[in-house]
Amino acid sequence: MSVVGDDPWAVLRGATRARVALGRAGDALPTSRELEFRRAHAVARDAVHAPLQPEVVRAALPGSEVLEVRSAAAGRAEYLQRPDLGRQLAEGTDLPATGADLGIVIADGLSPRAVHEHAGGLVTALLARLPGWSVAPLVLAHQGRVGLGDAVGAALGVRAVVVLIGERPGLSSADSLGAYLTWDPRPGRVDSERNCVSNVRPPHGLGYDQAAGTIAALLAGACELGASGVALKDEAALPG
Amino acid sequence: MTVRRTTLGGHTYEFASLSDLLARATPHRSGDVLAGCAAASAAERVAAQTVLADLPLATFLEEQVVGYDEDDVTRLILDTHDATAFAPVASLTVGEFRDRLLAWAAAGDEPAIAALAPGLTPEMVAATSKLMRNADLVAVGRRARVVTGFRSTLGLPGRLASRLQPNHPTDDPLGVTASILDGLLHGSGDAVIGINPATDSPAQTVALLELVDAVIARYGIPTQSCVLAHVTTTLRALEQGAPVDLVFQSVAGTQGANRGFGVTLDLLAEARAGALALGRGTVGRDVMYFETGQGSALSADAHRGIDGRPVDQQTLEARAYGVARHFRPLLVNTVVGFIGPEYLYDGKQVLRAGLEDHFCGKLLGLPMGVDVCYTNHAEVDPDDTDALMLLLGAAGCSFVIAVPGSDDVMLHYQSLSFSDVLTARQVLGLRPAPEFEEWLARMDLLAEDGRVRELAPDAPAAKALLAAARP
Repeated sequence: MSVVGDDPWAVLRGATRARVALGRAGDALPTSRELEFRRAHAVARDAVHAPLQPEVVRAALPGSEVLEVRSAAAGRAEYLQRPDLGRQLAEGTDLPATGADLGIVIADGLSPRAVHEHAGGLVTALLARLPGWSVAPLVLAHQGRVGLGDAVGAALGVRAVVVLIGERPGLSSADSLGAYLTWDPRPGRVDSERNCVSNVRPPHGLGYDQAAGTIAALLAGACELGASGVALKDEAALPG
Repeated sequence: MTVRRTTLGGHTYEFASLSDLLARATPHRSGDVLAGCAAASAAERVAAQTVLADLPLATFLEEQVVGYDEDDVTRLILDTHDATAFAPVASLTVGEFRDRLLAWAAAGDEPAIAALAPGLTPEMVAATSKLMRNADLVAVGRRARVVTGFRSTLGLPGRLASRLQPNHPTDDPLGVTASILDGLLHGSGDAVIGINPATDSPAQTVALLELVDAVIARYGIPTQSCVLAHVTTTLRALEQGAPVDLVFQSVAGTQGANRGFGVTLDLLAEARAGALALGRGTVGRDVMYFETGQGSALSADAHRGIDGRPVDQQTLEARAYGVARHFRPLLVNTVVGFIGPEYLYDGKQVLRAGLEDHFCGKLLGLPMGVDVCYTNHAEVDPDDTDALMLLLGAAGCSFVIAVPGSDDVMLHYQSLSFSDVLTARQVLGLRPAPEFEEWLARMDLLAEDGRVRELAPDAPAAKALLAAARP
């Protein structure tokens, strides 16, 4: 690699993260650039398809009770093609009615890797910011979409649910965790009734403490308003 | 509601409505399964295709899939139908129409195909495509010629243009400029230099319009700019006197889905009039740019027609072209693998959809391009997009989308790269738009054999272009 000054094309490369000035092999990309792209795509693909490992999540949350559930999507291929099934609990799922203030669902989503790497850190930071809240046992969901939190929240009988879920991997980030807050969760809630904090992935993205602070502020706001979503976004004074 | 039936291998298949028949005749794709309208078996699919082949083409003028009274797209399609243009094929069935198209295509009778466009409805064209194989879609698509113009002329035989898409996660002016220059150095950008803004605000839109306008003016590039903001944002930019070449909008095939996009037909007409009034085109006056994509109506939960029955996503996509053609666009492209595997699951489905969309758009008279693209959770990789790109080049596709190194760092998906466009042109003997090709020659970017030359960084043309990337 050249430094700025030696290589005039570096002017372009220095101006953007986009893949500019890659050079050419005839009309195609040079081998090194071709392999660079393939590596990024392979990492993203593996992040989508690697199975969720419950023991990794449990190990990151010692002392927390973790219940495991599955969505109605039987496997990864069905999960990817049937988002409706990823929002429903598998038949026969049994969750305790807790009457707690808050339920926390950790779902693999489109990146189990994000859950492995960041769910423990974010849950720990979040619980530390919610001293006055009663929290139901954590629920770890296989083949889950954001909407699965509605079914889980309703079963747990909680006032609010936060779903921590692996986001769709991009070429430059395969481990982003998203957090979705829904007040009064029950099946049929729509996306405009949720609030989202995305791109939790320290050190490149949002850190755990900052994300937990925003989620806690949203929870306090939702509690006061008795609603989440667009109405809350307009009302809440959020940090950062 | 006419129930249609046929017997195949001793089993009788019934189709409860026209939309049911169309859906079950559609090649398998995840979106139709999700919507609950796909064929239940391969045999049922062929049974539906068999019934569809014997259906008179004129049926689609009398029987609707989305109701006339409740949907303004249906009203637009039927109220503007040209019976005179339809006359040459008015007595044919869908199957006979497929045969006729293939015969015209084989004979190279482009005028016969082009003259049909105002007489065809989206449903007729969608139905016909369902009886076609991929090679049929290519063979007829390449003979359905649609030429449009603004500062460059698009859709001419032997040409493949590209939209240079220099997106940046924060709309940083230098970052956007770097991607524009990289594209120009690869001979991309003859269809449009089109930016998806990171923020849909009038101020940001105006800033980006001024940026691209300055690059175009500085180097005298015969192309057009577009900032793909919402049409209402572009209207505000027009009010502020911004240099608007093209008005962009995403459109879909039902009134409900268009409402979800925040668009009405009146709004599109108003914006078009505003851009036309500026008179910024040189070789033509086509000022609209539309994007579409199979699955957009379903994702907006606006995919149902008569009696609340789901309509298949490919028929709804063709109906979006019924909206687009009313506004005489310079550019239309389907974004074929963007919205995810729940609509088009794998490379086979994406490939098929890209060819269908190109065929249907061209037959309806649209200057059809394709964003050949995928997301990381779809079963698609660059081998699949290579195949679709080359087939589209063979099909006479007007333009494709190109981004630096296939990686859109703002929208987080992969499209074709600038070098992919070079490869398609070289393999298939295609050239850029003529005005743009002359500009490339003036910039010393064109080799004697017509290929885009790789410049040394100290070549005068490279120095001149790189100067724009310095702060």
